[in-house]
Amino acid sequence: MDRAATAARIAEVIEPFNKKAVTIDDSTSFAGDLEWDSLTVMDFVAAIEDEFDIIITMNQQAEIETYGQLIDSVVNLQG
Amino acid sequence: MSEGIDEVDRPVMPTGEKGDLFSKFDGLIEQRRALLSAGMEDPFGLVMQRVLSPTVAVCNGRETILLGTYNYMGMTFDPDVIAAGKEALDDFGAGTTGSRVLNGTYAGHKAVEQALKDFYAMDHAMVFATGYQANLGIISTIAGKGDYIVLDIDSHASIWDGCKLGDAEVVPFRHNDIEAMEKRLKRIPEGAGKLVILEGVYSMLGDIAPLTEMIAIAKANGAMVLVDEAHSMGFIGPNGRGVAEDQGVLDQVDFVIGTFSKSVGTVGGFCVSNHPKFEIMRLVCRPYVFTASLPPSVVATAATSIRKLMHGSNKRAHLWENSRTLHKGLREMGFKLGTETPQSAIISVIMPDLERGAAMWEALLHEGLYVNLARPPATPAGMTLLRCSLCAEHTAEQVQTILGMFQCAGAKVGAI
Repeated sequence: MDRAATAARIAEVIEPFNKKAVTIDDSTSFAGDLEWDSLTVMDFVAAIEDEFDIIITMNQQAEIETYGQLIDSVVNLQG
Repeated sequence: MSEGIDEVDRPVMPTGEKGDLFSKFDGLIEQRRALLSAGMEDPFGLVMQRVLSPTVAVCNGRETILLGTYNYMGMTFDPDVIAAGKEALDDFGAGTTGSRVLNGTYAGHKAVEQALKDFYAMDHAMVFATGYQANLGIISTIAGKGDYIVLDIDSHASIWDGCKLGDAEVVPFRHNDIEAMEKRLKRIPEGAGKLVILEGVYSMLGDIAPLTEMIAIAKANGAMVLVDEAHSMGFIGPNGRGVAEDQGVLDQVDFVIGTFSKSVGTVGGFCVSNHPKFEIMRLVCRPYVFTASLPPSVVATAATSIRKLMHGSNKRAHLWENSRTLHKGLREMGFKLGTETPQSAIISVIMPDLERGAAMWEALLHEGLYVNLARPPATPAGMTLLRCSLCAEHTAEQVQTILGMFQCAGAKVGAI
């Protein structure tokens, strides 16, 4: 799946988690802009993993700070 | 999850301003200051001036019933245990001043490992200085770079720290969610080493894991299984070997981790296993090698206690009776509890928020009852908990007294 198609599906997955209706672009930061607690992060990661049938380990999560980096990682993880 | 108080179990690096390395703790310092300046007794600064028995101590100047010490089997004051400790102190001295692999292995260390092998009917036993170090050592040594660890999100801090130290790929799943665990196992790349880590009893809510189903799935997917049975040893399972024994799957567990600081009544940690190559761990496990061994008196008390726990069925029955009575009584008063039924010797009372939780904790202390106050971020889902752990030495009358104290304190702070 190319980046645009992956980004479109991630946008759908993130919708119900974005409770504060933050405007999201590639530079949006999960910790800084979305202010999710650790449980929300876990549920969101699980939703992404299930959507794309991939694993994003905690080690990889530590490298993902922005929405754009998440899209890139998901593109790569799909191989 | 742990008895940790101010720290989330999963390691998080706080961020702060440059310069003072302590500025990252400012938020916590301020939260504590606010709580204490309101005149509250410090829930994390309690001092036990005298300990009268496994169930009663003088805390902050008051005689207090202990309902938050994990002293499940009340072995801390067992006369045989104390006698063994004194004898070892006289015969072998105060400490070993050495690593297990150098000068720190005494007859007592071999004897306590033999007691563990007999208790669990397993081939190998390895003793660590604490339960924390047992998890840290075993997990970090067996699961290294390129291996995958699949673990419950509510795992104890020592498990998370073991994962981090070993550099394995870490994949958490939602608490006790069998399907989520299976999905993650199936997505691990072909050929990678896999370790599934579970706990028998999760200490925050006192709930148990569906080990039968989870271990079957782990095995079907080629994973090794480690189960932390810290909160079940001595009273869950026909021989007190824990939740895996109770559910009939202990033979499928590759590594059982346990502690001496709960039912055994002293301090120390261990791993038991039937793995044919297990003994090599003594040479490659850094938290085992690079620290001094337990003092002779400690291993002597532990060995005596473990052997007595093998014959503790009457005490076990009484502990379960206490757990059922407290659970039922608190429910009937209208408290919200962590489990629908009493699943362990931990009964967790869920408080609506930190303020009322802290007020209730203090009111109970003034009534003469000590419980654990557990609060976010150490708790699951941001809950504030009053964690009660029962002891086989609590009398039926004490449990009724405890219920009366909850009634009074609950009414005083408007919690029921």
